[in-house]
Amino acid sequence: MFGLYIFLAVFLILGILLMIFRISRLINVVKGSDEKRASTSNNVNAMLMIAFMVIGFGLAAWYSVTYFDLYDPPVASEHGELTDKLFWRTMWVTLLVVVVTHVLMFVFAYKYRYKEGQKALFYPHNNKLEYIWTLVPAVVLTWLVISGWMAWEDIMAPADKDAEQIEVLGYQFAWSIRYGGMDNNVGDYDYRLIDDVAGNPNGIDFTDKANFDDFLFQNLVIPKGKEILLKIRARDVLHSVFLPHFRVKMDAVPGMPTQFKFIVTKTTQEMRDELGDQEFNYELACTEICGESHFSMKKNVIVMELEDYYEWKAEQETFLSVNPEFMDKVPEELKELAVVTAGIDKQD
Amino acid sequence: MATAEAHTDSHAHDHDHEHKDSFITKYIFCQDHKVIAKQFLITGMFWAIIGGAFSAIFRMQLGFPDADLGWLQPLLGKWISADGKLDTEFYLALVTMHGTIMVFFVLTAGLSGTFSNFLIPLQIGARDMASGFMNMLSYWFFFLSSVIMFISLFLETGPASGGWVVYPPLSALPQAMSGSGLGMTLWLVAMVFFIVSSLLGGINYITTVINLRTRGMSMWKLPLTIWAFFLTAVIGVLSFPVLFAAALLLVFDRSFGTSFYLSEIYIGGEALPNLGGSPILYQHLFWFLGHPEVYIVLLPALGITSEIIATNSRKPIFGYKAMVISLLGITVLSFVVWAHHMFVTGMNPFLGSIFMFLTLIIAIPSAVKVFNYLTTLWRGNIIFTPAMLFSIGLVSVFISGGITGVFLGNSAIDIQLHDTYFVVAHFHLVMGSASFFGMVAGVYHWFPKMFGRMMDRKLGYIHFWFTFVGVYLVFFPMHYIGIAGFPRRYYSFTNFDAFSGFTDLNAFISVAALITFIAQFIFLFNFVYSIFRGKKAPANPWKSNTLEWTTPINPGHGNWPGEIPPVYRWPYDYSKPGAEDDFIPQNVPFSETMESNLPHENDEIALEKDIDELVVDETGEHHDQH
Ligand code: HEM
Ligand SMILES: [Cu+2]
Ligand SMILES: [Cu+2]
Repeated sequence: MFGLYIFLAVFLILGILLMIFRISRLINVVKGSDEKRASTSNNVNAMLMIAFMVIGFGLAAWYSVTYFDLYDPPVASEHGELTDKLFWRTMWVTLLVVVVTHVLMFVFAYKYRYKEGQKALFYPHNNKLEYIWTLVPAVVLTWLVISGWMAWEDIMAPADKDAEQIEVLGYQFAWSIRYGGMDNNVGDYDYRLIDDVAGNPNGIDFTDKANFDDFLFQNLVIPKGKEILLKIRARDVLHSVFLPHFRVKMDAVPGMPTQFKFIVTKTTQEMRDELGDQEFNYELACTEICGESHFSMKKNVIVMELEDYYEWKAEQETFLSVNPEFMDKVPEELKELAVVTAGIDKQD
Repeated sequence: MATAEAHTDSHAHDHDHEHKDSFITKYIFCQDHKVIAKQFLITGMFWAIIGGAFSAIFRMQLGFPDADLGWLQPLLGKWISADGKLDTEFYLALVTMHGTIMVFFVLTAGLSGTFSNFLIPLQIGARDMASGFMNMLSYWFFFLSSVIMFISLFLETGPASGGWVVYPPLSALPQAMSGSGLGMTLWLVAMVFFIVSSLLGGINYITTVINLRTRGMSMWKLPLTIWAFFLTAVIGVLSFPVLFAAALLLVFDRSFGTSFYLSEIYIGGEALPNLGGSPILYQHLFWFLGHPEVYIVLLPALGITSEIIATNSRKPIFGYKAMVISLLGITVLSFVVWAHHMFVTGMNPFLGSIFMFLTLIIAIPSAVKVFNYLTTLWRGNIIFTPAMLFSIGLVSVFISGGITGVFLGNSAIDIQLHDTYFVVAHFHLVMGSASFFGMVAGVYHWFPKMFGRMMDRKLGYIHFWFTFVGVYLVFFPMHYIGIAGFPRRYYSFTNFDAFSGFTDLNAFISVAALITFIAQFIFLFNFVYSIFRGKKAPANPWKSNTLEWTTPINPGHGNWPGEIPPVYRWPYDYSKPGAEDDFIPQNVPFSETMESNLPHENDEIALEKDIDELVVDETGEHHDQH
């Protein structure tokens, strides 16, 4: 019933609009305004151009200023501060261009609207102008590109040898975080060894000794002030590691490990205090479409002071000690080493 | 010197026997470029409504995540859950189909297909395309492709859902999402036919522009529309085959067990045997088309706008040569920037540096075009037809959307912005809105030539202001949420503290999008109404210089009843000092306009004899004279 009312109402409104339309066309015919080259509508449109410009810029400026903090995500990494700086530099340059070109355009549109008897200026070209407005953007862009390029080279440079290694593995629809353990070396894996049922979702290869002290953790825990090297891979389809507060993004690609290095500058607690929000958490999100739950591939990220981090790391139990059944997979000659490195004897 | 073009066209002789055409040959399997253009236009409009409706649905989900969408159940069936929620995977299907439809079916086929077909023969002075038959095939391959894509919307497992770029392995493995099953197969088949259609069309456009220009129509006398369509076709012919290759390899990976894109995959509880493939290879192949594709949708719009702005400013387009050179520059550069879509895909960072430099070079010709448009408006005598309004709107969205490319092209800044709503804002303004505005402007401007009637101006104004304000209200705020880090292709944002704070703005965008979408029906009404009831069009309603306005109001097959008029001058002699009227069409010889000729133009009078003497042999033998 309700649907019927809506239907009738829409029908009625459309009918009325149609009537108005027919009548206004008749009036146009009578007044002959369709015959004229430019009717009064021409001036109305010209004025609307100016109105659009003033209101548009006004609204954008007001909103940007009032809600600036809402959209300016806090930054907590060294390179992030640099890329933010480049972002805002580009912002000011481009903003200037947008404002100037738009003001020119709307003002010209208004000022040079059709007038009876006025003749446009026949002005087909001016090579000097063309050269100027080719060269000036070229110079400005070169400046922006070169500063971006230098930052990019630094960000993508090889990581320090002693950077803290953490493996981030993306799969439908979660992340698995693996630490290199005391040797800070994330061990080998083989996708054919992956076995969700048996409990080896990462495909850890136990013939590699580097794996004996490795451990998994349910959150991404990272130290402040020390270089971190994320070793990123994917198990099934593409995913992408996105740490918005650290300005980190890198795709996770099946069959092709990728990486990203960065240094965090604020612990979770420092950021909580800074934002005055004790609930705040850094987050890890996925930014490459990966299937139905792409939008919920979240991990919380915990940033600690370096000492706390080492302490925390030392407390973690290794994968092998939590899952001793995998001792079977360790080659005979390494078993002894595995038991010691994984700290299995501790448990017995 | 202009070349004389011989022209083969049997229809030139029997255009007065046209009534003998049956309905089928006249409207369906028709080889007349004007009819084919209308077929493309109407199919494109059909797809635009579907693509727009899809965005309306997923915008409702984004803007009002708690709303009960149960009332959509009669339409969407099982994709709406019992408690009135949109299925998360179907959300991705909608996004994917929206993107595919808008980019390929509306703005490639609908835009180039309509206006290249309609305007190339009319503006260069030809009776039809070089091959009417291939042209007809081009439309029917597009139609076939459309039918297949349309059918895929109704599959049990849903249409393709991996994003319009359909990156493998997601798109290669039916285990990964249900849309990667039959829906993806149909997507690939439809795209293969689409590519065939594009190539048939493109080859025809190129051949026609090179070979069939009328007497006196040298390349430097071509309207900018034709330059734009010509270069668009060149881009398409060079890049679509690469998409074809990418699609073919994907078909092999999906159906024949090859490993071009697949390696080391464990999914659905089993490890797949594929080794050694690379998903990055697909991305390179895809974007080798994908980036040129954005210029394929944009250049025709820029061409159309150049023509409309000059005509309605009553001024020559400023810097004609600079405009052509910019178009050429964009054409060449569009092939060497593709990897800017891949800065953070794990591609070698050194390649990233190279592509950053190349990308920011392409900003220069784009900037030059903008400055030339602005100078064309300066000291004009501007008539705001609906077409002119949309052209000015195009320049505006082209600036505001293009400028954010300077951020995204800078790989260091792109780390944060990649795959966020900042990108969505960027490409919707610079490619979506700009091309859409160009297309609509073209329809308003050439409607009288297409249907012999005028569209209603007032409705056009209302349509413009709703749309212009609308696209800014929809896409401008997306920059803000993008800067805040909102990833794209997210069904909802409430899972993350970092992204859940903007519900108001999201709701606002959705309302604006809905209104903008509904406003398009004003246009649709105007279009359909005016075809049948519009005011009869005069011969040259906009007092324009180009050749199409020298044809009869309703041109028949063959376009000109008698001889094709020769061309003596460029198309932009508007408001020439000394001339009585404020326009001098291209087919008026300098010898008849002594009062307004510039000194060097007086020298050309001597050459006019040559043009007049060229014999046009329309019986089929090729004459070549110099
Ligand atoms: C009614 C106007 C439109 C609205 C409200 C709209 C809205 C959107 C939104 C919100 C998305 C992102 C969805 C997501 O990432 O979750 C999107 C994606 C997209 N849109 Fe539109 N859009 C409109 C018109 C257009 C037009 C004219 C084009 C033509 C170029 C276009 C091309 C695309 C493409 C290529 C994508 C990406 C699809 C993908 O991620 O695979 N849209 N649209
Ligand atoms: Cu994902
Ligand atoms: Cu691109």
